[in-house]
Amino acid sequence: MIGTNRYIGSPVERIEDLRFLRGRGQFVGDLKRQGMLHAAILRSPIAHGRITAIDASAALAIAGVRAVITAKDIGSVPCIPLRLLPLPGTERFLQPVIAADRVRYVGEPVAVVLGDSPALAEDGVGAIALDIEELTPIPDRQASRQCDILLFEEAGTNAAMIFTGVKGDADAAFRDADYVGRHRFAVQRHTALPLELRGVLAEWDETQGRMTVLGAAKVPFFNRDTVAKMLDLSPAQVDLIENDVGGGFGARGEFYPEDFLIPFAARHVGRPVRWLEDRREHLIAMNHAREADCEVEIACRRDGAILGVRGEVFVDLGAYVRTNGLIQPRTLAQCLTGPYRVPNVRMTSTALLTNKTPSGTYRAPGRYEGSFFCERLIELAARDLGIDSAEMRRRNLIGADEMPYRLPRLEPIGPSGDTECDSGDYRETLERCLAEFGWDEKHALQGRKIDGRYHGIAVACFIEGGGAGPKETARLDLEVDGTVSVYVGSAAVGQGLETVIAQIAADTLSLPLDQVRVLHGSTPFLDEGYGAFASRSTILGGSAVFQAANALIVKIRGASGTRLGCPAEQVEFDDGYARAPDGRSIAFAALAADGLRVTAEFGNGNRLTYTYGSAAAHVAVDPGTGDVELLDCLVVEDVGRIVNPLTLHGQAIGGMVQGLGGAFLEHLVYDTHGQLLAGSLADYLIPTSTDFPKIRAIALENHRSPSNPLGVKGAGEGPIIPIGGLMANAVANALVSFGAIPNQLPLSPSRVWHMISSRQSAESSE
Amino acid sequence: MRVSFVVNGDPVTVEVEPRLHLADCLRDVLSLTGTHLGCEHGACGACTVIVDGTAVRSCLMLTVQAEGASVLTVEGLSSDNALSPLQTSFRKHHALQCGFCTPGMLTTAHALLTEEPGADADRIRSALSGNLCRCTGYVSIVEAVLEARAAYRKADMP
Repeated sequence: MIGTNRYIGSPVERIEDLRFLRGRGQFVGDLKRQGMLHAAILRSPIAHGRITAIDASAALAIAGVRAVITAKDIGSVPCIPLRLLPLPGTERFLQPVIAADRVRYVGEPVAVVLGDSPALAEDGVGAIALDIEELTPIPDRQASRQCDILLFEEAGTNAAMIFTGVKGDADAAFRDADYVGRHRFAVQRHTALPLELRGVLAEWDETQGRMTVLGAAKVPFFNRDTVAKMLDLSPAQVDLIENDVGGGFGARGEFYPEDFLIPFAARHVGRPVRWLEDRREHLIAMNHAREADCEVEIACRRDGAILGVRGEVFVDLGAYVRTNGLIQPRTLAQCLTGPYRVPNVRMTSTALLTNKTPSGTYRAPGRYEGSFFCERLIELAARDLGIDSAEMRRRNLIGADEMPYRLPRLEPIGPSGDTECDSGDYRETLERCLAEFGWDEKHALQGRKIDGRYHGIAVACFIEGGGAGPKETARLDLEVDGTVSVYVGSAAVGQGLETVIAQIAADTLSLPLDQVRVLHGSTPFLDEGYGAFASRSTILGGSAVFQAANALIVKIRGASGTRLGCPAEQVEFDDGYARAPDGRSIAFAALAADGLRVTAEFGNGNRLTYTYGSAAAHVAVDPGTGDVELLDCLVVEDVGRIVNPLTLHGQAIGGMVQGLGGAFLEHLVYDTHGQLLAGSLADYLIPTSTDFPKIRAIALENHRSPSNPLGVKGAGEGPIIPIGGLMANAVANALVSFGAIPNQLPLSPSRVWHMISSRQSAESSE
Repeated sequence: MRVSFVVNGDPVTVEVEPRLHLADCLRDVLSLTGTHLGCEHGACGACTVIVDGTAVRSCLMLTVQAEGASVLTVEGLSSDNALSPLQTSFRKHHALQCGFCTPGMLTTAHALLTEEPGADADRIRSALSGNLCRCTGYVSIVEAVLEARAAYRKADMP
């Protein structure tokens, strides 16, 4: 039941803001412990090689350097398990927490130095003599596919996994088609880049046999179990404590080597140890993402109806399969066709190993890349068939009457990996988007040169999978002051979880918002929980809180009915009071002595929610410089039900601008030796405040999700999805007179300029 | 080395290594952890503080260079009990998500509006262009700073 409050749906200002705005956040770098040592990590400077010697004597001779830990000190070096898709065969490609004899990427940990200050620990790193015998590196997917060099000889292949998404009979569809288009596309390696760097603070209590780890994020319960197993402790001996986290976006909070090395170091020396990453280290150590190319074909009828899509995708996974590394290749095989009705699909996606930093998820993993491939494919088909871009999409969107709509089956997962679009009217958001954008009016600008610049518009559509993974747990305690403590297994990484969960709890309990205290993400709060990924916290954590709050209301009703001498079902609630029909009331606080506490779980059986929407953009391209100015960019999405329009809008705009970074700016460039050339924020460019000022987003809540009691859908990843394809199509349409085919991201000024100038020079030489 | 300066109105004297930059001094010596470090080479702006009225990257300034200066950090932008108008506007417009860039955004914007309370949206975007935010896409930050201008104009009045 929902009481008289109306927090859900209101733009409630965030609870978290009060500490962040005054500099009172508690990020891992803000935490200290008595007697704490500081860790710095020696990382391989070589992409592929054998360690022949590590001489730490000079480091240990520095006053204030307390210890150097290498694989020899650890003994049997554990490998980091897969959190998601731990399929048979993948165990061959897992990352050891420290390199023992072989290094496979620049940035792989080789030694941990502990010092009295971060500077002394770094001095120690610089003093270690590390000898590595270089091996020929695998710098790219082409070399990886040839398998002349193997990263894991015993495996006999560099293909860590091959996924295939199948629906209908793609080959038959292509045989009968009026039109077939075949293209190659590529998305560059880039990364989530949260603004806060990672950090870990570990304390070992020898007398209690207890390990406490701070700095964790995202999936504290999985990480607790993992570090416990690696340290040969029981999960009950390990606490992972969540503090404030400066951005996640999929990358922060997965289990990384340091999540073992720092707790190990703390136990090794018997003192608290803190490690804080620096930015160069971050760029070579934290998960990369997105690098993939493909050769895909589309088959259509003359009227534009898509009959089939087939092809191959190759993902550059880097040197190891990390915790969630297979999500991107999985999603590319299964979800490349996005929100479109494609009756016949066969997409193969191969995860290839190279000598680069391992990759993992970054906001909408596989979906951003897949949308780029799909939207380019459809745009080119529409052009060839002489059909308007918007009309082509209108004709092919999955219809409201086709819900639920099954997406391709995934091999080798089988039926347990099936997923279907849950609800909604995809054409509704398309029409709204076209109307708000002014598609019909702006269409006249397509390809025109105005004041020296070429104008282009484009439209794209997307679906966002949300709410994946296991159940989530919530516990509600009625406190003696009449407030309610809400414990939830979901984790906060900066997305505003605290406020959204408080809104749901306060509405359900008919309590003022400040009478609800949300505690989340730390393992001591709950026996079980999971965390924040796949846009799941509002769906699973929110629903668990909703159910727990309803259960608490039943208990409060019973307890107050007894005290007030009326039937429980006649009790009404208002502002922290239970009221009998005769007007007498009792405060929640007076009931706390009854020990009112409930725990509830919510799982959705992995029935994902699918937020959906459409995006439109207008660009102007300067042919002299290749600069692209974004004149308008709009996303219209339907998220099922809006809990907080303020934070939802923030997710949409923020996601769009991240997507623009991937479309125009961000690129982790490697040379042929496996050296990263973009090792600082001066080289790796993310959007700044002057880059993309004209961004708009509209959220609708016309079609709830049937798979959870709140009717909500995941809403953290949608609006980033279409941006790469949308920008490439807008630029292609602007430069149609040059025959430009922008089939690779990023659309950097030099790439755009080359597309223009190569055509101009070809014409002038004709 | 012994260095004396003023932080958020209070005189302080610290004993530091010559290599300690001002951000580390504020955070580790003076326990003012509101100033954040996101890159330590002046690219992200998270560590921005106001030194004698000018927005400065405290990771690019050595502590010894602060001798005799007046430093204002995010902790000094408001009193204990209330948010400043700029902070209130940030909250209203949801101009922060993870909160990590926020101290640098606030100090940069405060320095700007103190000097130029009439700054328009383009000027605000330009002034904030050295402060990276990965969460918001900047739209809400610009809206928040625009709305906060009124409070700075009033403050100017005699």
